[in-house]
Amino acid sequence: MSAALLHAKGVSISFGGLKALQDVHLELRPNEVVGVIGPNGAGKTTLFNAICGLVTPDSGTLELNGKDRAWPRTDELVDLGISRTLQGVGLFPELTVLENVMVGAQRLAKTGLISAALGSNKKDEEILRDKAMRALDRVYAGTLANRRADTLAYPDTKRVAIARALVSEPKILMLDEPAGGLGPQDIEWMNNLIRNLTATMSVLIVEHHMDVVMTVCDRLYVLNFGEVISSGDAEKVRRDPAVIAAYLGTGVA
Amino acid sequence: MFQFINTLLIGITAGSIYSLMAIAIVLVWRSTRVINFAQGGLALASSFVGAAVLEKTGSFWVSLPIAMIAGAIFSAAIEFFFLRPLLKRSGEKEQEIFLPIIATLGLLGIIKTVLNFIYGDRIGVITPPLSDKGFVISGESIALSPMRLLILGTVVVLMVVLTLIFQRTNLGLSLRASSFAPEISRLAGVRVDLIRTVGWAISGAAGATAGILQTTNGSGSISPESFEFSLLLVFGFVAAVIGGIESLVGAVLGGLTLGIILSIILMYVGGSLVFFAAFLILILVLLLRPQGIIGAKGGRRA
Repeated sequence: MSAALLHAKGVSISFGGLKALQDVHLELRPNEVVGVIGPNGAGKTTLFNAICGLVTPDSGTLELNGKDRAWPRTDELVDLGISRTLQGVGLFPELTVLENVMVGAQRLAKTGLISAALGSNKKDEEILRDKAMRALDRVYAGTLANRRADTLAYPDTKRVAIARALVSEPKILMLDEPAGGLGPQDIEWMNNLIRNLTATMSVLIVEHHMDVVMTVCDRLYVLNFGEVISSGDAEKVRRDPAVIAAYLGTGVA
Repeated sequence: MFQFINTLLIGITAGSIYSLMAIAIVLVWRSTRVINFAQGGLALASSFVGAAVLEKTGSFWVSLPIAMIAGAIFSAAIEFFFLRPLLKRSGEKEQEIFLPIIATLGLLGIIKTVLNFIYGDRIGVITPPLSDKGFVISGESIALSPMRLLILGTVVVLMVVLTLIFQRTNLGLSLRASSFAPEISRLAGVRVDLIRTVGWAISGAAGATAGILQTTNGSGSISPESFEFSLLLVFGFVAAVIGGIESLVGAVLGGLTLGIILSIILMYVGGSLVFFAAFLILILVLLLRPQGIIGAKGGRRA
C-alpha cells in the first residue's frame, strides 16, 4: 500500500454548539477515487471546506505527501496540487467558458504581474489559452469555449467547472456532488470521466447519488452527525448495518 | 451654433476628466466592494507630488507619470495597510459593508490634514504645458485648445490601455474574476489579495491623472483645502453612478454625459446651479435607475 497523498487526522469542527465534525480521519492514496457519503447535514461539505481552508478546524492535523503541515489557505491549494469544484458550480457568469477555465490556470503563468499588466508576454498567455483549451477538450466541452458561461445548459456548466479544476494539473481533485442535478446519460459520462482521471490524479468525491458512488469509488467514508460511522470498499460499506441504519433513519436512499 | 459647439467641447473635456475619476472609483468598488471617498484626497496628494516634481524639473511630461506612480503607491498602501485588515476583521460580511466606506471618509480627512500640515497656506502650481488658446476657425476662436486636446488624448490613451489590460491580459482576467467572486477565485488559485492591491494601484494612478488634468484645466493651482478637488470627487462619483458603478465603459459614458449636461447648465442656466444639478442627477439616478443609465445590461462588464 503506497503512502497517502492526503491524510486528515482527528478533524473536529464545531459551529457554535453544533459539532459539525468529530475526530474524522480520511486518507487519500495515489490514483484512487474516494467517496465521502452520508445523509444531509452529516458534515461532508464541512470536511471538504476544512481541507480547502474555507473553515479552520478546532483540532486535527493534515498530512500531505507524508508530511505534516498547517491547514492550507484557500489561495495555496492550487500550489499544493489540489483543485476543487463547488456544489453550486460557481462559474463566472459573464466571462466566456474559455476565460472561466483560464482563471484556473493563473498559477501556471510564468510572468510577473507587471509584465502581465503590460501584456508583454504574449507567449505566456498563448500557453495558458492552450492549456485551457486542452482541459475543455478533456471534458468534451471544447466547442463551448467562446460561449458566455451564463448561456450554458446545466450539465455543461458542470463540465466547465471540472475543466477549470483540471487546468492547473492537480494531483488531488475534489468534486462536490459531481452528479447532482444530472440525468442518467450525463451521470454515466461523469462516471467514465472520473475513472479516466485516476490515470494522473486522485479524486475525492462528496456525493448523494449512491449509484455514482458505488460505481466509481475505490473506497468510501460514511459520515453521520459529523462522525465516520463506516469506511472501506463499496461492497463492505453497502452491507454495513450502521450505514443502512443511518440512511434508512433519515429517509435518504 | 458656435456657442453650442463650444459648450459641448467644454463639457466633453471636463467630462473626460470626471470619467477618469469615475474609473478610479469603479476600480476600487469592483476589486473590494468599497466606495473610496478618500479618492479625492489621494488625487490631491498625488497632484501635490506632481506639482513638486514640476517645480524641480520644469517638465510636465516628467511630473505626470511620477504623479501617477505616486497615486498608485498611495492607493495601494491604503488598501494594504488599512482596508485589508479592516475587511479581514469585518469578515467581508455584507451587512458590515458600510464600515470600510465610513473609514475612507475618515481617511479623506486625515489626508487633507496631513497635506495642510505639510503645505499650510502654500499652493502647488501645475501650469499647462501647452497653449490654452483655442484654435481659430473662420475667424472665431473655439473652445478646443492644444491643452484641451492633450487632456482628451491622455484620457483616450488611458482608456485604451485599461481596456486592453482588462480584456486581453491575464491580470485583467484575474481582476475580473476576483471582483465577481473572490472566494471562488481563491479556490481556482487566483492571488485575490494581491490582485486587489493591484486594482487599487491602477485606481490611484487614474485618480492622480484626473487630479493633474483637472488642475491644468481649471485654476492651475492646488491647495490642501481645494474646493476643485471636492467637486472632482463628487462629479466622479456621480459619473460612476450614472454608469452603473460596475462598468468602466459606463464610467466613461457617465463622465461625458455629466460633463456635457453641467456645461450646458453653466452656459444657458447659470453657474450657481451646477453643483445643485450634479446632486439632482445623482439622486434621480439613484431613485429611478439605481443600476445606472448606461451600465444597465450585463452589469459587471469591463
